[in-house]
Amino acid sequence: MTEIQSVQIITLTIDGKPVGASGGETILDVAKQNQVFIPTLCHLEGLIPYGACRLCLVEIKGNNKLVPACITKVAEGMEVITNNERLQRFRRWILELLFTERNHVCSVCVANGFCELQSLAEVLGMDHVRLPYLHPKFVVDATHDRFVSDNNRCILCGRCVRVCSDIEGAHTLDIMGRGIKARIVSDLDDDWGNSPTCTRCSKCVQVCPTGAIKEKGRRSVGEKFKHRDVIAHLAEMREAAREED
Amino acid sequence: MKKIKLATVWLDGCSGCHMSFLDTDERILGLLEHVEIVYSPLVDIKTFPENVDITLIEGSVSTNEDVVKIKKVRAHTKTLVALGDCAVTGNVPAMRNPFGVEATIDRAYFHLVQHNPLTPSEYLPRLLDKVVPVHDVVKVDFHVPGCPPPADTIYYALTELVRGRMPDIKLMTRFGK
Repeated sequence: MTEIQSVQIITLTIDGKPVGASGGETILDVAKQNQVFIPTLCHLEGLIPYGACRLCLVEIKGNNKLVPACITKVAEGMEVITNNERLQRFRRWILELLFTERNHVCSVCVANGFCELQSLAEVLGMDHVRLPYLHPKFVVDATHDRFVSDNNRCILCGRCVRVCSDIEGAHTLDIMGRGIKARIVSDLDDDWGNSPTCTRCSKCVQVCPTGAIKEKGRRSVGEKFKHRDVIAHLAEMREAAREED
Repeated sequence: MKKIKLATVWLDGCSGCHMSFLDTDERILGLLEHVEIVYSPLVDIKTFPENVDITLIEGSVSTNEDVVKIKKVRAHTKTLVALGDCAVTGNVPAMRNPFGVEATIDRAYFHLVQHNPLTPSEYLPRLLDKVVPVHDVVKVDFHVPGCPPPADTIYYALTELVRGRMPDIKLMTRFGK
């Protein structure tokens, strides 16, 4: 018989409202349970939290630093602020930096209308970018017979890398290089089409928040519909199978 | 009451934003009770007038001619509105930026031309090294993203501006819409 673990109950406030949580939960988990919206990009239900995009930064009273809600655990008596003028300002700058760093041309993107970066710009009221666009030149890898990787539209959220390694177990995709030169590569920076490890499962296509990884055979703009919830389901099933063992 | 002077300018864009403006249909007639269109590709006036209240800019800044035009427009306009993704972000015209001017001209005038390929004559406006959004060159007072922005959004923004208010168009349009 498995031992019943005692669950620690924690009370804290989110935007002044008292809420209850169990120990081990993150601020983002608890905010979601209480219908408080915190913007996220790299986070995806079912994947191990990563803390890369910094859009979910929140304030904690008594702490000078902003913390990412997706990887910060709740604590007793914590006073969390999820939205104010300062946080809005930082979130907008983060979005603007993401837009300048690559060639995000929404109007001709396969993910137009299904893109999380595009919709966050809309929701957070980012109506123009104040910094100069970098317009880098990234090579599109279309060597795979089913998928295309276009680093021009990548925001380096690492979802494809995590789903490939943690859920599929293949670890074909990874990030190579640093800073603004970082990009998604297949195996040891080989053509994706020649990959001996890719299982062609297409989970990377489903989790990509933008049009950076897409399926071939889509005719034009705005056709990249996603099934992002499938990953949470897979993670849950795997957990259940593990518990049965 | 004195009518508001409205101008619309077409830089490097496909005219889709002007089409979307025209898609406000008969509402444009109601607008004309408060507004006088003093300059536009839609009317036959050749020089940009002085003391314009509102100017809508479609398109990105892509040539030396665009730079001269937009500076003149700014100097004579109270409220400058960047209309649509090309004016706001550079959008499709800016897709040549990673490749450079030479490669772009080569592509357009040699590679894709079957008969008598020729470089553009010296009398045409010179392409800038990089296509830039309007606010990179002059101050922009209001941005309306969208490719093109929906007619309802343009109409709402315009009626608010005519009344002297800053419109709130959040959730009424987005990049690429």
